[in-house]
Amino acid sequence: MYELTGVTKRYRRGKATVNALDGVSLTVPTGDRLVIKGPTGGGKSTLLQLLGGLDRATSGSVVLDGTDLSRLSEAKLTRLRAERIGFVFQGFHLIPTLSARENVETALVPLGLRTAERRRRAAEALESVGLAERAGHLPDELSGGQQQRVAIARALAKRPQVLLADEPTGNLDESTRDEVMEVLESRWRELGLTFVLVTHDSSLARRADRVATLSGGRISLTERTRGPAGPAPAPPGPPAEAASGDAGQLPAGDVPSDDVPSGGVPSA
Amino acid sequence: MILTYLRRELRRRRRAQLVIAAGLALGIALVLIVNAASAGLRKAQDEVLQSLYGLGTDMTVGKSFQQPGASGEGEEGAEGGDARRPRFDFDAQEGEEQGSDMLMLDSFATLTGDEVATIAGLGDVAGAVGGLSLRDIGVNGSFDPGRIVQGEDGGQDQAEEGQDSGGAAPGGPGGSEGGESRIGGGGAQFDVNQFSVFGADVSRPELGPLAALEVTEGRAFATDETEAEAALVDADYAAENDLAVGGTLTMADTDFEVIGLTTPGTGESTADVVIPLATAQRLSGHEDEVTGVYVQATDSTRLDAVAEAIGARIEDAEVTTADDLADQVSGSLSTAADLADGVGRWLSSLVLAAAFLVAGLLAASSVSRRVREFGTLKALGWTRWRVTRQVLAESLVTGLFGGALGLAVGLGSAWTLTQIRPDLTAELGAGGLGGLGGPGGGGGGPRMGFGGQEAAQSAGRSLDIGLTAPVSADIVVLAVALAVVGGLIAGAFAAWRAARLRPADAFRRIA
Ligand SMILES: Nc1ncnc2c1ncn2[C@@H]1O[C@H](COP(=O)(O)OP(=O)(O)OP(=O)(O)O)[C@@H](O)[C@H]1O
Ligand SMILES: [Mg+2]
Repeated sequence: MYELTGVTKRYRRGKATVNALDGVSLTVPTGDRLVIKGPTGGGKSTLLQLLGGLDRATSGSVVLDGTDLSRLSEAKLTRLRAERIGFVFQGFHLIPTLSARENVETALVPLGLRTAERRRRAAEALESVGLAERAGHLPDELSGGQQQRVAIARALAKRPQVLLADEPTGNLDESTRDEVMEVLESRWRELGLTFVLVTHDSSLARRADRVATLSGGRISLTERTRGPAGPAPAPPGPPAEAASGDAGQLPAGDVPSDDVPSGGVPSA
Repeated sequence: MILTYLRRELRRRRRAQLVIAAGLALGIALVLIVNAASAGLRKAQDEVLQSLYGLGTDMTVGKSFQQPGASGEGEEGAEGGDARRPRFDFDAQEGEEQGSDMLMLDSFATLTGDEVATIAGLGDVAGAVGGLSLRDIGVNGSFDPGRIVQGEDGGQDQAEEGQDSGGAAPGGPGGSEGGESRIGGGGAQFDVNQFSVFGADVSRPELGPLAALEVTEGRAFATDETEAEAALVDADYAAENDLAVGGTLTMADTDFEVIGLTTPGTGESTADVVIPLATAQRLSGHEDEVTGVYVQATDSTRLDAVAEAIGARIEDAEVTTADDLADQVSGSLSTAADLADGVGRWLSSLVLAAAFLVAGLLAASSVSRRVREFGTLKALGWTRWRVTRQVLAESLVTGLFGGALGLAVGLGSAWTLTQIRPDLTAELGAGGLGGLGGPGGGGGGPRMGFGGQEAAQSAGRSLDIGLTAPVSADIVVLAVALAVVGGLIAGAFAAWRAARLRPADAFRRIA
């Protein structure tokens, strides 16, 4: 469970400072799924990096299950990333020289597993994303969708508590988007992860129960108690989907805005 | 995982690694070559010095000449004067060929046998032998006493005749003029010839000039031939003077058997004739005296101490070490040696530094192209050290490869150089040996060099020495170490810096 209070991230570029995040408060219950959308430059990636411990907030606190990430030492933060966070990037970020299985193994290296156990878990993770036969292939030899599935396997092989995905379908064409999203969704459901997903995909955003919109570094939350027609939105472990720990200010939602960003992304 | 990753990286980025390795290899090969060449030059110079000195001789000791003013002009002074000034007695009849020769000291001051023993007994001295440099000066010819002649014209004729017959030697005194009858004509025809003779301690053939001699024909001295009337003759001198093994050479009214012909071995000419020391002392009238002492130290690092001890124990001792001598050798050899010592070393460190710099920059740029990769690994929970270690392993392999390549190129070049053996010339000028022996003039020290006079007389004598390029194990080890360290430094620093970034910052870097 994530609890963010008054999180601000300020970038300094020369004399100008950019408030990428401006007093964001937010709660993501364990096992919950939060979809973040918003215009480009809105601060989505910045927020996700703070959640994943890839960066530190300028002020405010990012608490994961009682641990304040902004107060952790570099070593502890690294350890936390290794054990508890699974991150999926828009650009895959696979190591080009390593095979699919070896790429998955890189995430297991910091856990200090024995080689055989590492291999077994990597193979298992690849199988769970449907790439068992491609284990020996280099990233170059895989399609974009397959590469992203390798990246998902890499993020999940460590059995994290949290899965963070920053526009995981952003570099993919229409047909592969669904393939990747389905994998993500099924893994989330199966593993009971806390899942934060940044996406411009409006159909997905429409399906989601909780959608946060980041614009100009400020967050606004849209709550849906009732899922649309499709699959029953019944995430397993969560306390209650309705229980909105929205310390998030401005819970009011400009609901129709859901549909807007799908097409033309407004220039920043 | 480290190994898998390492293997994959190296295979995939083969070309970049090759460029870095080549840079390192260049530096290492150069260091090797310069080192080998300068070792070769040093060896060549040692050869020259050895031939001047005798194998295994670390220093020579002579005595500086002191004017015998204060000590009195008594018997000793007179004797000394006699010894240095040759006097030939001619008593032959008119027109008769006659000859005479003398063995003269080729130096102004000598050391005694006791002093040789003193030097030999010093600490750090492995051995010391005395040697006596002599010069045999012979005069051969006929002498015409003047005749009493009548008439003016005749006198003139006779004088001309006398001049004509004067020959190479100073002409006879002209007739005294005036008067009706006078002594006219008269003259002499002389050949003055000289050659160098060295009295060597045959009981210690491993020390001093004897050690450098190579007997090409006949035999060397036996160690018990200390008083033999036997001689080794320089092959060139023998050829010029029709001497052969088994023949006879007469010096100071003594017949010497020529037991062997010699060449100077490593190059420099020795004395024309070598005879046992005791014999030389006896015939020259310098019993128990030597002109120089050839000293071998137990340890080449103790040379200064030995030189100092000798200076303290032997009055007016003049110690010449190989270093002093090396300063006297000029020509392309010493130029090249100086070059290798100075510029070469300087140049090779410069090239090495440049090679490392280039390799470092290349490694750094290849690391910076991987900043995103390192950011990803860090995002996956790799520590900074783990990332750096990975790059270190890659750098190590690259360094080892570069080292091996450099070693191959360097050793190959050294080997090629040794095969070609380019000739270098050592100039052993008069000035050069003058410093050592002090020929002519009043102020010179004792003559130490064996055959020094020849060099002094034919100023600019040169000696060709083939250059080799020996490679020592030390250098090989050093080169490999340099390569490894160079490779590590090249990669590690950049990796450490790159791995310092937070993943978020690393991703923002433009790859
Ligand atoms: N390293 C940085 N230095 C300065 N400004 C930055 C830096 N990183 C991000 N920003 C700025 O912070 C703001 C938020 O950036 P962020 O990447 O979080 O946006 P985003 O919502 O992910 O956009 P997109 O949809 O295009 O991915 C932007 O205005 C961006 O220019
Ligand atoms: Mg973004």
